[in-house]
Amino acid sequence: MTTDQNEGVTFDNVGLRYGTDREVLSDVSFTLFPGSFYFLTGASGAGKTSLLKLLYLAQRPSRGAIRMFGTDVITLPRDRLPAYRRRLGVVFQDFRLVPHLSAFDNIALPLRVSGVREADLHKPVTDMLEWVGLSHRAEAHPATLSGGEQQRVAIARAVIGRPDMLVADEPTGNVDPDMALKLLRLFEALNRLGTTVVVATHDVHLLKKVPASLIMRLDKGRLSDPTGALRYPPRRSAMQPGNGSLEPDT
Amino acid sequence: MKKPPTLGSKTVRGLNPFGGEQAAQLVPHTRLAGPVPWVIAIMVALTVIAAAGGLAMSNVASNARAELAGGATVQIIEASASERNRQAAIAEQLLAEHPTVASVQRVSDEELNTLLEPWLGVGANNNEAVPVPALIDVRLREDITEGNLNTLRGLLASAAPAARIDAQSSWLGPIFSALSSLQWLAAALVILLGLTSAAAVWLAARTALGTNHDTIEVVHLLGGTDPQIARIFERSVGFDAILGGAVGLALGLVAILVLGGQFEQLGSGMIAGGGLGWVDWLLIALIPLAGVAVAVLTARLTVMGALRRML
Ligand SMILES: Nc1ncnc2c1ncn2[C@@H]1O[C@H](COP(=O)(O)OP(=O)(O)OP(=O)(O)O)[C@@H](O)[C@H]1O
Ligand SMILES: [Mg+2]
Repeated sequence: MTTDQNEGVTFDNVGLRYGTDREVLSDVSFTLFPGSFYFLTGASGAGKTSLLKLLYLAQRPSRGAIRMFGTDVITLPRDRLPAYRRRLGVVFQDFRLVPHLSAFDNIALPLRVSGVREADLHKPVTDMLEWVGLSHRAEAHPATLSGGEQQRVAIARAVIGRPDMLVADEPTGNVDPDMALKLLRLFEALNRLGTTVVVATHDVHLLKKVPASLIMRLDKGRLSDPTGALRYPPRRSAMQPGNGSLEPDT
Repeated sequence: MKKPPTLGSKTVRGLNPFGGEQAAQLVPHTRLAGPVPWVIAIMVALTVIAAAGGLAMSNVASNARAELAGGATVQIIEASASERNRQAAIAEQLLAEHPTVASVQRVSDEELNTLLEPWLGVGANNNEAVPVPALIDVRLREDITEGNLNTLRGLLASAAPAARIDAQSSWLGPIFSALSSLQWLAAALVILLGLTSAAAVWLAARTALGTNHDTIEVVHLLGGTDPQIARIFERSVGFDAILGGAVGLALGLVAILVLGGQFEQLGSGMIAGGGLGWVDWLLIALIPLAGVAVAVLTARLTVMGALRRML
């Protein structure tokens, strides 16, 4: 395993339960190799969103260990977590756009939170709006945007800061197949620049669109890893397109 | 395929504070529409009035105390007018010769009549229907004590047996204790109003927090730090509090000036000295500032408390 600063994410026997209910995630162990592209699939209620919440540091697991970028984030004091969150880009399943901010301001939010000067953020935000095809809706508030438009704003907000890891929960659930493909290409472009990408989806057609991707399948809170490749990822050289990608039906 | 924008170069990001107008935008501007500024205005106005009342009473009491400190009153309680006048004249002379006495002043009959008119009616004293004691104002060179009063009593005992000597402050004893009760009452009111204001601000901050909970959570998940998020609310609540404090202070000052003017017109010697000094005005000006500080602090603690419940 690498020990550099950009070391990926490792889950070790992670379990999660809400309150006193049964565990919604059990014995989840895997390593996200930096710069790889992962799909997380599974039936509705299998625990995809729950797993992503652990990934984007919104939730602590009930048991197990999680290391992120070379640090044990479970024992990390609260006040050190924001620095880690700023290295992530998150597309929430329910978008979570700030209702009284325009599309422009929503996309600019991560940059403003991390102290980018106003003069420096106009161009990236404008470019990003153009790229997701929403230049004409820059001043629109989320309530006046269609579901697909909101989703694109949410994606733009997640990728604007060029995160070390992008976590997207059903990011193409509300757009037509063409737009879905376009957004997937955005994720791939980001991935080629070194961002680890994790996309949760139950759209099996999407999986085939990114040949280099690795598939993580959740079934009732358990991660199936028959070959052990998720737990002990192959060397980076073995993870080039066409190699080592786990087909969903093997 | 077109290369996605901004992805070519990493934007410089730091842990700079997230402040200014951009941060303030995160919380919708309810401002005057919300109840907070008005609640604070009313609280500050009431507190200012209570504090001004308490300070004025305290000034009245201490002025009166100082004025009466060396003063004593000799009453010649004698029904017969001629006997009364004789004893009064002797007493006046004996007192004037005594070394501890600074001045002696017989209260003239006209003066007495004027003082008593409101109670006894015009000319009541002339027909002797109600015998009124003769009054002599004595001012000593030193503070009045039971000891030097007894010396004077001994001095007058044989020559003017109808004389009765009292320290002027003892006459006013009940008034002083009433004044000091009122001062305590004012202080208690100020404290209660302060607590109520803090509670109102606390509730308002919690409400603001509730309605903006999703926004707070998003900023939190995007890597906003607790102090960053708290500052957004401190600003918003602080602005409301400054506005409310200014309006409240203005209302309170109008009330004080109107009341003060009316007491002035009473022209009574009792109320004189009830004016406010610059220290008093300074204390009163501190009230809205304290209100703003309480509001901002409450907002901060509330927001920080809510954030601590998130990971
Ligand atoms: N906050 C919560 N409190 C209690 N139970 C929860 C909570 N969030 C999720 N669950 C439960 O955990 C299980 C997994 O939910 P999760 O949202 O992770 O599923 P999912 O795979 O994302 O489903 P979907 O594809 O429908 O989004 C479900 O049974 C759900 O009811
Ligand atoms: Mg989900």
